Amino acid sequence: MENILQQTRYASLPEAGLQKQDWTHKSVVMEKFEKYDADQRGTVGEIHVADPRMTCRNVDVFYGDAHAIKDVSIDIGRNEVIAMIGPSGCGKSTFIRCLNRMNDTIDICQVTGEILLDDMNIYGKDVDVVPLRAQVGMVFQKPNPFPKSIYDNVVYGPKIHGLVQNRIEEDEIVETSLQRAGLWDEVKDRLDQPGTGLSGGQQQRLCIARTIAVSPEVILMDEPCSALDPIATAKIEELIDELRAQYTIVIVTHSMQQAARVSQRTAYFHLGDLIEVGETKKIFTNPRHTLTEDYITGRFG
Amino acid sequence: MNSKGNEPARPLDIIRRRLHKRYNAEKRFKLYGITAIFLSLAFLFLLFVSIIGNGYSAFQQTHLQLEFYFDPDLIDTANPAASNFPGIVKQTLRQKFPQAKKRREKKQLNSLVSTGAAFQLQDMVEKNPGLVGRTEKIWVPADDDVDMLFKGHISRDVPESDRRLSDFQLQVIETLEKERAVRKRFNATFFTAGDSREPELAGILGAMSGSLLTLALTLALSFPIGGAAAVYLEEFAPRNRWVDLIEVNINNLAAVPSIVFGLLGLAVFINFFNLPRSTPVVGGLVLTIMTLPVIIIASRASLQSVPPSIREAALGVGASKMQMVFHHVLPLALPGMLTGTIIGMARALGETAPLLMIGMVAFIVDIPTGFTDPATALPVQIFLWADSPERAFVERTSAAIIVLLAFLIIMNSLAVILRNRFERRW
Repeated sequence: MENILQQTRYASLPEAGLQKQDWTHKSVVMEKFEKYDADQRGTVGEIHVADPRMTCRNVDVFYGDAHAIKDVSIDIGRNEVIAMIGPSGCGKSTFIRCLNRMNDTIDICQVTGEILLDDMNIYGKDVDVVPLRAQVGMVFQKPNPFPKSIYDNVVYGPKIHGLVQNRIEEDEIVETSLQRAGLWDEVKDRLDQPGTGLSGGQQQRLCIARTIAVSPEVILMDEPCSALDPIATAKIEELIDELRAQYTIVIVTHSMQQAARVSQRTAYFHLGDLIEVGETKKIFTNPRHTLTEDYITGRFG
Repeated sequence: MNSKGNEPARPLDIIRRRLHKRYNAEKRFKLYGITAIFLSLAFLFLLFVSIIGNGYSAFQQTHLQLEFYFDPDLIDTANPAASNFPGIVKQTLRQKFPQAKKRREKKQLNSLVSTGAAFQLQDMVEKNPGLVGRTEKIWVPADDDVDMLFKGHISRDVPESDRRLSDFQLQVIETLEKERAVRKRFNATFFTAGDSREPELAGILGAMSGSLLTLALTLALSFPIGGAAAVYLEEFAPRNRWVDLIEVNINNLAAVPSIVFGLLGLAVFINFFNLPRSTPVVGGLVLTIMTLPVIIIASRASLQSVPPSIREAALGVGASKMQMVFHHVLPLALPGMLTGTIIGMARALGETAPLLMIGMVAFIVDIPTGFTDPATALPVQIFLWADSPERAFVERTSAAIIVLLAFLIIMNSLAVILRNRFERRW
């Protein structure tokens, strides 16, 4: 029984060339955790990119007394897809929620450090979150269309920001957004029907259409496929690849295969620390940090 | 399997052995539940039977048919209000029953017809002055004692001294019965009149309008105030000690006995602000204070039930907090808030104690038409009638309870319908 489990585990590993080790003894992993202490916490890999869209420096996040993100510095390049991976509770979701200040809604959450969007500190005193969130859109883990029609779902953002003036412009933005999200052909005949009536994958693409309708510069995706089946997931991944031409995309994912498929850079988080950043290929074939290696080879997580 | 004694029992056997115990426990529990439901239904049934059984007869009233002569000597056509209509009634009765010789018998004869008969004649003359000088057969309400006799609450077989109607009065009634001049008719007065000392003239309309005015004010004040408070506390207020304190106090206020709110109303609205007593405006204000906590608590629960993902979605596309609340959260929470409000209103409709404190317990004949007219309310009317000695008020008390229950049932069904129709499940 144990052997079968082991084999499937190995079979699902993303890249070849991994040594088959006897990982079943928990003590091995625990030893690694114990070894992993303060002086090893520095990020390895290349956090800098030539032309960053967003620049994060020394970001710390606290939930009350809990230190959720510890001194994270990373650049997010223009028109790249960067994947955030790591075991549950490692802070990757918390981190991307800092990028459009969604964490502001949590009273006890405190963010320190510097996050620049095109040289503007988004945590600056004079920064308004409303235009910021129009610039940095977000797609959530569970598809969350408004309980309104498909049309209203897409047009809501442009409307509140005053990006559309009349019905013609509204129709146009609905059509282009849905087309870009790859949903237009499926829903063009039932735009007045509730968005909640779509299938899970369609709902998630509707949420993506809703996000790009406000013409953001950066799109944050917090495990966008975790509630979807493989076919819907494939469609979303395809879509992400297409969207890269126009947007910068930060995606949090639990699936290492997905990270490998859609991203150009990958960041590995562990217990609030950014352990390793680098080109996706490098991370998956030749990780520099032992923790990264243990995670992507499936030794824990 | 034939397992030997020393062999360890298999898990399946252990499970099977305990199985009947588990099922029996389940059966017992179901039985308790069914008993509880049966008991409460039985009590409800008892309540309805006793109230409807007592009250249904109040929707009918005994009427007498008499030939009235509109004597021009007694009627002042220029000013009908100054005419002697009671005199016409007396004259009619005396002519019809000349055997009433003694003063006592004449008095007894007159008391068979309701004092409302004179007002009925006056109304007819005011509407149609051509009646003066003519003789008309008219149905007029009988006195409540006659009514009680026909509804079987006064027995003809007991000795005269034990009866509210004398032998002479019974004779007169029997004569009328033979002429087919006694009949039970639908008691329209009950729904069109205000309160009266005479049961046959007493109606529920005054109390109903009083309740309606009071509730209208309560609704107009408590829903916006309660809704705004709930939205602010739930969506905008920072989480700190002050807000916690306010929350605790709102929850405490919901549990304060209603009579305390009545005292507060008396002290603040009547004594300090000098608002007129016994009026729907004060009643409405007091009931507003009383229902506010209920509405706030229900509205907050309703707001809390809106899933956070909707809020995130709205904030994620750059909606401001206000837009998030008004475009997305409120529309989803509104059915629940309305349900809570209706239930609060139903409670306010049935509330008596605070109204006693602010003088809405007064005997008021006129039907209130404005917020500053003296008024009473349905539950207070029930209290007043229950307190009256006349036998005929017993059935009217029950009838008033039927009316009140009907309103409560309507309001509660409305709440259920609203909830089922508009509430979304997540």
